[in-house]
Amino acid sequence: MRVVVAKPGLDGHDRGAKVIARALRDGGHDVIYTGLRKSPDEIVRIVSDEDAQVLGLSTLSGAHESLIPIICTGLRESGLGDVIVFAGGIIPERDRKALYESGVRAIFGPGTKTTSVLDFLNEASDRLSAGNPVGVGSDTGWHWN
Amino acid sequence: MALELSDTSNLLKSARTGNRRSLAKLLTAIERGQESEITSEESWILGVTGAPGVGKSTLIGRLIEHWQSNGEKVAILAVDPSSPVSGGSFLADRVRIPQADIDDSIFFRSLASKNFPGGIVPNIGKMCQALSACGWGRIVIETVGSGQSEISIVAFADIVLLVDGPDRGDIIQAEKAGILEIADSIAINKSDIPSSNSAIEDIRRSLELSEGDNRTVHLVSAINGDGISELISDLESISPDPGRLGIRNREKLISYWVSLLLSHEEIDSQLVNLGNGSITVRDAIYSMGSSMNFGGTANGRNDD
Repeated sequence: MRVVVAKPGLDGHDRGAKVIARALRDGGHDVIYTGLRKSPDEIVRIVSDEDAQVLGLSTLSGAHESLIPIICTGLRESGLGDVIVFAGGIIPERDRKALYESGVRAIFGPGTKTTSVLDFLNEASDRLSAGNPVGVGSDTGWHWN
Repeated sequence: MALELSDTSNLLKSARTGNRRSLAKLLTAIERGQESEITSEESWILGVTGAPGVGKSTLIGRLIEHWQSNGEKVAILAVDPSSPVSGGSFLADRVRIPQADIDDSIFFRSLASKNFPGGIVPNIGKMCQALSACGWGRIVIETVGSGQSEISIVAFADIVLLVDGPDRGDIIQAEKAGILEIADSIAINKSDIPSSNSAIEDIRRSLELSEGDNRTVHLVSAINGDGISELISDLESISPDPGRLGIRNREKLISYWVSLLLSHEEIDSQLVNLGNGSITVRDAIYSMGSSMNFGGTANGRNDD
């Protein structure tokens, strides 16, 4: 799959994003890394121009509550409702429900095994093949974890 | 899911009205080998090549900054390598080119090499045609970080810029045959590092040995902007070298047939057989030679 790994917001830590990108590369995916400090609009344009099927968002600054729903809305408004969105970084348990409701399908925190990100994509891909929508624009309620 | 020719026609029609999403999907279809009927428009295609780490992406960022400030639109096709082990890739040219994200004047597509030889990807000529048909007349192709013999870029770019940097070997490297001979312009990047001066001297001395070689070697710094405007004036004033036609045709033919070969199912089945030890390399070569038929696939394809 073509996966964009993006860093929204102002934190400058991308070790986690690079580890995930590496795991996806080693799992046979094409990973496009955006670099640091991308705005929601920039991320939506990158996903669109790169024709990516998946978007991974890494944030450690605490801005996930405001930025991630804006990006999910932006994707839907740009006709990118079929893009599968997952998130990672420092995202407290209490904030996760709202992110799932905005269309995020998995959230990975510290200690995640890299293989579980690949397992998530496999499951999402299987669901897709079986005709079950998994994109940010679908109202399925399904999420990985 | 395979698209029909009519789907690509619709995508093209929509992309020509300025729909970026359709253009993005059209490029994906072409990259996967989908046929499309695209008529070439006037375009200017710059190929940027050179070894890994010499600063190709950062330099492209500087070039597009200049064109952006002139109100021009630029499309970039940036190739990074695929893993020979997993088949996956880490496409990170965007990281060095934040200028591409500022506004809609830049269309940037990252491409995985899929282990295609020559530093580019299959169907890149068609992708350039699609971009120019949609009004992206200025196109930059960035090759995989390339060595001396990856010259396929000459088949698809009007102008080839070779980027090199300091501490990359002595004058013997500059004397070797290959990409240095066919680049239209040469930039030694990282002029902020003192040893870049000896790098540029080596290249200049090597070019002096060829009579009538009046190519300019530029000393630039993509980091601080030194020498960039001189490089841009040079690139914009160069005309494509007509003496290059033979090499271009040869590279086009090779690139076309290699992409057909690599996308043929026979190669995968032979690799499986080789992997389980049921045949030898010699058997595989013989079997491919006698059973592969490209006639139907190749008919009518135009990969200019």
